[in-house]
Amino acid sequence: MIEILKQSWPWYVGGVLIGLMVPALLIAGNKSFGVSASLRDICAACIPAKIPFLDYDWRKEAWNLFFSLGIVIGGFIGGYLLGDPQPEKISSITIQTLEQNGVHFNAGFVPEDIFNWSYLFTLPGFIIIVVGGFLVGFGTRYAGGCTSGHGIMGLSTLQWPSLIAVGSFFVGGIISATWLLPFILNLGK
Amino acid sequence: MKNLKYLLLGTLFGIILCKVQAVSWWRMQEMFRFDGFYMYGLFVTAIPTGILSVWLIKKFNIKTVSGEPIIIRKKKFNWGYVIGGLLFGIGWAFSGACPGPLLALIGAGKFVVIVVFISALFGTLVYSWLRPRLPH
Repeated sequence: MIEILKQSWPWYVGGVLIGLMVPALLIAGNKSFGVSASLRDICAACIPAKIPFLDYDWRKEAWNLFFSLGIVIGGFIGGYLLGDPQPEKISSITIQTLEQNGVHFNAGFVPEDIFNWSYLFTLPGFIIIVVGGFLVGFGTRYAGGCTSGHGIMGLSTLQWPSLIAVGSFFVGGIISATWLLPFILNLGK
Repeated sequence: MKNLKYLLLGTLFGIILCKVQAVSWWRMQEMFRFDGFYMYGLFVTAIPTGILSVWLIKKFNIKTVSGEPIIIRKKKFNWGYVIGGLLFGIGWAFSGACPGPLLALIGAGKFVVIVVFISALFGTLVYSWLRPRLPH
């Protein structure tokens, strides 16, 4: 039984379940599916400085924080307690290319070669982890949403500005994964 | 407690994100390099499911659990969608995660990802501060 629960799900099951988050949140209380707004709420709650963009009653958006805390709990259940011991079946071309840049494939979602405390204090590690995270926070707020807010919610409600946003995410991601990341991984070598 | 349902939905979403490997750094590299179909498969099933659900909500005039009419907020285009979108895309391919998966990875015990998350909070703060001076 536990073995079955640990298995990963095929994309067509997962895609449908992700899509169903849209009506679930609408019916639960008229909430737009999206995660990055919670970053803004945390900033608004923690930063006392007078920044107009953060000067609003974040308590009214508290549902966001509960939803986010839920995702952490869900990550613990789905990724740790019931984590799939089998590695993802990634394309061998991707694995080979990363291998050539010094990143060795392992099970468990993130590369151990990058996401470890000593690599964080190297130049490539700092760029990938800290600058990467910074761009995720800066870019999603600048773009008014992330993959869930624009990619799933915006496209599900047929809004063309979201399509432009998602197109921009992908242009940035393709440039980054194809050219920037290999360059950064080889810095200082 | 009225926020409990969002905690539960979030938990469900976190489990889904892990079980469909949408939290995987490897999957993001594969997607952005067009080496595999898996992530695209997720999008091409998730979006039509969302479209169909929203259509059904409108068609049958479905209300929220507390009986309110469902309102879908319109997004108004500004150039931030493009500039911010490009910057987010670059960061997404580096860290391998968008905000949802970041949270799920922390829950899954990938503690270095906490640094990615704090950096993302800092990015949001810097954007909020610079906002009046940025093109939109």
